[in-house]
Amino acid sequence: MIPEKRKMIVLLLLLFCYLLYSLILYSELPVKLYSKNKEGEIGKLVWQKYNCNSCHQLYGLGGYLGPDLTNVYSSRSKEYIKSFLMNGTATMPKFNINEYEINSLIQYFRSIDNSGKSDPRIFRIKTDGTIE
Amino acid sequence: MVQLNNTNKSISRPFTITSILLLIVGMLFGIMGSLQYIIPGLLKEQLSFEKIRPMHVSSIIFWIIIGSVGSVFNYLQLHSQKKLYSRMLAKATFFIFSISIIVILFSYCFGIFGGREYWEFNPIIALPIFIGWILFMINFIKSIGSFRNQPVYVWMWLTGIFFFLFTFLESYLWLFPYFRNNIVNDMTIQWKSYGSMVGSWNMLLYGSSIFLMEKISDEKKYSSSPIAFALYFIGLFNLMFNWGHHIYTLPTYPFIKNISYLVSMTELLILGRIIFLWKSTLTKNLKHLNSITYRLILAADVWIFSTLLLAIAMSIPAINIYTHGTHITVAHTMGATIGINSFLLLAISFDILATHHNNDIGNKKYVNLGFWMTNISLFIFWISLIIAGIIKSKWQMTLNKEPFSTMMLQLKPFFIVFCISGMALFTGFILVISSLIKYHIFYKRK
Repeated sequence: MIPEKRKMIVLLLLLFCYLLYSLILYSELPVKLYSKNKEGEIGKLVWQKYNCNSCHQLYGLGGYLGPDLTNVYSSRSKEYIKSFLMNGTATMPKFNINEYEINSLIQYFRSIDNSGKSDPRIFRIKTDGTIE
Repeated sequence: MVQLNNTNKSISRPFTITSILLLIVGMLFGIMGSLQYIIPGLLKEQLSFEKIRPMHVSSIIFWIIIGSVGSVFNYLQLHSQKKLYSRMLAKATFFIFSISIIVILFSYCFGIFGGREYWEFNPIIALPIFIGWILFMINFIKSIGSFRNQPVYVWMWLTGIFFFLFTFLESYLWLFPYFRNNIVNDMTIQWKSYGSMVGSWNMLLYGSSIFLMEKISDEKKYSSSPIAFALYFIGLFNLMFNWGHHIYTLPTYPFIKNISYLVSMTELLILGRIIFLWKSTLTKNLKHLNSITYRLILAADVWIFSTLLLAIAMSIPAINIYTHGTHITVAHTMGATIGINSFLLLAISFDILATHHNNDIGNKKYVNLGFWMTNISLFIFWISLIIAGIIKSKWQMTLNKEPFSTMMLQLKPFFIVFCISGMALFTGFILVISSLIKYHIFYKRK
């Protein structure tokens, strides 16, 4: 039997570390690293409105039916993206998406593209198993 | 140990029955989703994939949450040897959750989404779920009374309840522009909350499983032993800090990734213990093999080993860059949700709706067939996803990539196997569940 007091100390210590870690993350987010983009912010809500994450990934997180779109802005033209959004594909439905939403979404893709690369080949594996 | 009468057990039964219904509905949505992988454009205009996927995910998550809440209500009464603090609060929790689930599932049909990756629904519906959870928490705390000298499962239930509430609220921080307006920040907090949220419902479920295992073996030593608490604290440590392995490839702070990598490696201790206890688990409790409850727990034990092995490998950043964004991640999630959570919850459901003492139910032809069909098809299902993941990983690492659609065509044979084994898995579950429901109706009449 572990004494009750010792169990409580471990629990409180873990809780303290967790709350501290959460607070550090909330207050020290790398938000300042990237420029703000009002249209892109609206584009994010458009992305959520049509539940694009169900089929597409950003930084490898999301659905598996469609391609990862993290760097679609730099790899494809605006017209190419627009035509997909307006017409759909064999698997993607044709959404009732208006011009303003399309432009906002494209700006959102621009913001994501500016934040980094999702290509796993860019990482260098270190001997301790970490990556950089 | 106090024998609950029907009135007391009636509190947990509606939760258990509803959760089983959600499992059936969730699996049906899963089959429809897998068919859309192999028949492109199937139901594209009526129920396209962006609707089917959240229907599947939410149903299955609610199967785990509702089932776990029901199990806590049931075992809490057995543990404390008294009735719940308030039947009224338990009923209110049940109705709030049930109505919210119905509204959530219908909202997807009308194209109303929350749009978040993994578990999503319109934020307005999160409010009743939050209220329902608060009622559940009050009922739990008031029912347990003192927290002094409690076994490990009570600690697990309490931390599960607290962390679900915390992470559920945290997952809605995106409603504030400060958290939402930068993709990297948003994804960091999102996976912090969801990563820990999964750990929180696992705490509830594993707590109930420990209670059930002690009930079967009629031994009360384990839940108060130092090893039980040591493993509990390792689990809690991982719940709090290992979520960063979801976002190794995200350009966020390296310290988040390093902390997560180090913390995830402590799971090797849990893996070591499983291997160490393997032989004794198999030989010591052979007398219970006729009980379907025991067999489901044993099957979950095998899946814990396989899933943990995969999870630990994926937590190493050098391996994660190959598996991330591929179907290997899906294999891990499915292995954990079906092989561990669903098997444990079914074992608990048998205990609540039937009784594990009745070994006859385990000998029935359909239950046996269903049990083996579920396990074999889950293995095929799991392997097909891993192979699909390896092929996608190879594609991701190729310099001159073929188009995405060409890669998806290469994966099609594995999606077909995945879909067929998914149907077999569904049939296996139905065979087991139908026997349980039949037995429950018969048992009630008797």
